[in-house]
Amino acid sequence: MPGLLDKRREGRDDVEIPTASMADIAFLLLIFFLVTTTINVDTGIGMTLPPKLDQEQQPPPVKERNLFKILVNSQGDVLIEGELASLNQIRDRVKEQVLNYGENPDLSESPDKSVVSIKTDAQTPYRIYVQALDEVMMGYRDIYDSVARSGQTQTGERVLEQTYPSYQEYRTGLEPEEEDKIREAIPRNISIAEPDLGDEG
Amino acid sequence: MPSSHFQKRSANTEPGFTTASLPDIVFMLLIFFMVSTVLRETDLKVQTQLPSAEALTKIDQKRLISAVHIGPIKQGEKKGQTAVQIDDALIENTSAIRNIMYGKLQEQPKLIVSMKVDRESQMKIVNEVQQELREAGTLRINYSSTREGPR
Repeated sequence: MPGLLDKRREGRDDVEIPTASMADIAFLLLIFFLVTTTINVDTGIGMTLPPKLDQEQQPPPVKERNLFKILVNSQGDVLIEGELASLNQIRDRVKEQVLNYGENPDLSESPDKSVVSIKTDAQTPYRIYVQALDEVMMGYRDIYDSVARSGQTQTGERVLEQTYPSYQEYRTGLEPEEEDKIREAIPRNISIAEPDLGDEG
Repeated sequence: MPSSHFQKRSANTEPGFTTASLPDIVFMLLIFFMVSTVLRETDLKVQTQLPSAEALTKIDQKRLISAVHIGPIKQGEKKGQTAVQIDDALIENTSAIRNIMYGKLQEQPKLIVSMKVDRESQMKIVNEVQQELREAGTLRINYSSTREGPR
């Protein structure tokens, strides 16, 4: 059977790995790496430092009732307005202070006049300072969230045309030049108290 | 007839090489570079274990960020001492920070200083750096921290 033999030989010459699917494999790998690669985004607590004051210039006066003082020592003990407290009390106390609207004579007159001041010891670990600051931030975030959800401030003043499920949602929907109306209505005044001079060691 | 034989052969063979596998080669190169490329990062001379926090914001524009690292020195004679690192260099004297940061602010007016501070660092040095940042006028800062894990 010469015909069959010929055919076999011919077939053997043609044997090759099919390469047509290589491009697909490459595509799959490419997509796999695209999906799994995460470029780590920097996250953190955003703050704005107070601008430098001239030597003679005094810091702007703040009424005692508008100032909400938080002191954190090196052991992580917290003094809120002179009373011993704990870190997780800060959040609710901040909300109370900011949303007082002149009701309680010891607390703030209005949200935009309210100032939260955080002061630390020289030896306070950074971790505890961030925790305290975080609690203050979360207090403000809770306030902003409720404004975003209802579209109005706690006094009934209309701030937004529509409502959002959260403040975060509202923020992401903002154009870069657009003003953040919630923060305009309730500014976040956080003061990082200057360390006492001559407080060394 | 040698000439006619030659002619016949050349007529049957197609000139040039197959280009079908070129995309594959390109893909392979692409994947090789994707896998082997490491995004440039400054090599840290100080150890910074970031604190964790809840109220986090993301900084989307990476080019606005300039990092200040504060933490204990990893190795060498002064190992364990808290130091400040900006870019690739340790800062010996904190009063040098204002010039460095002022220069950076001229280049990028919307500069955000990312404070990458070790969790156990003392507030004394953080405050010192912050006073320097105020002198330089770089007022937008960000306390870099990680998402709070389950505790």
